[in-house]
Amino acid sequence: MLRLEKLTKVYKTGDKALNAVDLEVPKGQVLALIGPSGAGKSTLIRCINRLVEPTSGTVRLGDVELTGLGLGGLRRERRRMGMIFQEYALVERLTVMENVLSGRLGYVGFWRSFLRKFPQSDVDEAFRLLDRVGLVDMADKRADELSGGQRQRVGICRALIQNPSVLLVDEPTASLDPKTSRQIMRLIVELCEERKLAAIVNIHDVALAQMFVSRIVGLKLGTMVFDGAPSDLTEEVLTRIYGDEDWSETIQKVDEDEEVDVA
Amino acid sequence: MAITTIDGQKVWQRRDRNTQLRSWALWLVGTAIFMWCWQQISAVTTWPFFWDAPRIAADIGGRAMPPRWSYMDKLWAPLWDTLNIATLGTVMALMMAVPVAFMAARNTTPSALFVRPIALLIIVSTRSINSLIWALLLVKILGPGVFAGLVAISIRSIGFCAKLLYEAIEEIDESQVEAITATGASRWQVMAYGIVPQIMPAFAGIAVFRWDINLRESTVLGLVGAGGIGLQLQGSLNTLAWPQVSLILLVILLAVVVSEWVSAKVRGAII
Amino acid sequence: MSAALDERLGKPWKKPPFISSPGLRWTLLIGSVIYLILAMNSIEVNWSRVYRGLDRGWQFVVAFANPDFTSRAAEIKDGMIESAVMALTSTVVGIAISIPIGLGAARNISILPVYLVCRSIVAVSRALNEIVVAILLVAIFGFGPLAGFLTLSFATIGFLSKLLAEEIEDMDKVQAEAVRATGASWLQRYVYGIHPQVVPRLIGLSIYRLDINFRESAVLGIVGAGGIGATLNTAFDRYEFDTAAAILLVIIAVVMVLEYLSGIIRARVQ
Repeated sequence: MLRLEKLTKVYKTGDKALNAVDLEVPKGQVLALIGPSGAGKSTLIRCINRLVEPTSGTVRLGDVELTGLGLGGLRRERRRMGMIFQEYALVERLTVMENVLSGRLGYVGFWRSFLRKFPQSDVDEAFRLLDRVGLVDMADKRADELSGGQRQRVGICRALIQNPSVLLVDEPTASLDPKTSRQIMRLIVELCEERKLAAIVNIHDVALAQMFVSRIVGLKLGTMVFDGAPSDLTEEVLTRIYGDEDWSETIQKVDEDEEVDVA
Repeated sequence: MAITTIDGQKVWQRRDRNTQLRSWALWLVGTAIFMWCWQQISAVTTWPFFWDAPRIAADIGGRAMPPRWSYMDKLWAPLWDTLNIATLGTVMALMMAVPVAFMAARNTTPSALFVRPIALLIIVSTRSINSLIWALLLVKILGPGVFAGLVAISIRSIGFCAKLLYEAIEEIDESQVEAITATGASRWQVMAYGIVPQIMPAFAGIAVFRWDINLRESTVLGLVGAGGIGLQLQGSLNTLAWPQVSLILLVILLAVVVSEWVSAKVRGAII
Repeated sequence: MSAALDERLGKPWKKPPFISSPGLRWTLLIGSVIYLILAMNSIEVNWSRVYRGLDRGWQFVVAFANPDFTSRAAEIKDGMIESAVMALTSTVVGIAISIPIGLGAARNISILPVYLVCRSIVAVSRALNEIVVAILLVAIFGFGPLAGFLTLSFATIGFLSKLLAEEIEDMDKVQAEAVRATGASWLQRYVYGIHPQVVPRLIGLSIYRLDINFRESAVLGIVGAGGIGATLNTAFDRYEFDTAAAILLVIIAVVMVLEYLSGIIRARVQ
């Protein structure tokens, strides 16, 4: 579905954020990307939809090579990639419904979107999605009136209404409390399963990643240092990714509170 | 802050000696400059006039009271003109300021190398020159009347509004713009959904703020022939019709107070 | 599928309007349309006069490309010095008077009668346009920079006192109370508790006001209150657009330099 080949990004300052990353995500797979801050997780997913322009290497989505596209082609392909952000990145002064519908911007013309005259099918789909995440009554509230968890649900709706084939998720739980974090992760994984979506989830919480995804990739200083199942994530591997530290707690915790919701 | 030792005892002082000396020197130079400036003014002032001022003020005050209320009939039309100059001038200025602001803001300018300097030049040159000077110039070009005043007010306001607006644009939250871009939206859609909602409150605030200022300024444009109530003021001053002058000043004062009240109300309602 | 969803599906969606009451919304909308039509109709434009004026406008643009600094160099120099002098003295005197008035106009440290008096001084000073004040002062004190100096000082008082008072009202109460708790007198309280917090802001505002005073001093000459405005007015009256352009360029340059300097100084004190 999604294939990265030798993807490299060097910033103007000379920092090498990504170093020849090869990665393939098949349809329907949810992949967690872990690694310390500055490892290039965020750069990696932004290079896929080219919010950050990669320096070299290729990104393929299906049969299309994203890295070679012009502006118009890129916009068309961006519609197939839903993105979910760390700080939600909702347009705070717009209503929930406008935020969800903004996911359709790539499909409607300027004036239609400017006058908020979206096709009825889009409106219905927006309400269905809001209902799915339990926010249908909030549709006409302004986004800045919502709590963190609610905002992230709206963010998820905005990504899904694009009808994407891939989800790019950047630290979806970093600004949320532990309980809401789990709910949001569970929601993302469930929705990917329902719609057979491939997803790359940046996450710094290793325990949370192990709990929900089927494959984990470890990134360190822009280089892939681990690729495997959550169960293969041993102390030794974590040390390779994050450096020396006592990891027994982190791994153990996962087994203990598997089904216990944090109060 | 410094601690020095005098006669074997530690003494705390706010500043050490050099800083202290420099501070004194600065004060001295400042005072000297001020005295020199004052001399410049004093040299060209006829001081007997100055000492005579209380008597003259009393004399003028005596003649100006009571205001000639019946003159009000002739003031309604210029007052209406003044309001129109301020309002339409603000509307026109905003229409021109918006594109200039988008061209001047670092994050939205089409080209930082060519377009941005031009936009900044427009902002600086329209802003540095007072609307009365613009009016002076435009009266010469367009002929006396309301139209010259209207154009003067709008030109003067472009730079003011565009500057505040582009600062607001530079302060927006980029992640919201990024999110809209990631959906595959076009450049204009990103503008309409990602940027415009974020600067709307600033825009409304600037509009009302500038309208308030423009109303004040348009009351005096008539002094150089650019229409509005200032024209009546000029006429009355020239004929030394002090009762009319006092009435006009009263009306201007009232208009300013009302405009300030309106703008405070509107701003409160928006934000 | 929930009942709330059922209700919504298949129905068009509209953004909730900014003003929720439809009556008020339509009144405002129709009212402003009517006003705009009336206002635009009341503006008479003599297009043939404008057309003839375009030529002069073009002359002015050309003059901006070749400004004439030399033929009236002496007058420009004197005018600029007079403007600068007026701006500087009025800012200094304005600040000196603004500080006590600003303290008096701050609700949290002033007593009610003083507060009311100071607030009314501020209100009057802010309500009166500089040009109007200048006209009156010229009538009273005669032509010349003295009238301009007094006008600008008066305007500075309204501007600075208000901002100063607001600054004091907003400032950190804890810090001032800590000083009060030591049993300090009113003056000590000011020197140690309020002064250190307000001074950096005051310096920034003063420089900003110096900038404004200079710009204003450029127009006061139009009504005879001294400064470069008189020279500019004469240049326009004689249709010496090249000299006028030169003066305007000088004004713009000085304003830009002042703005740049004030940016630097404000960054340093804050």
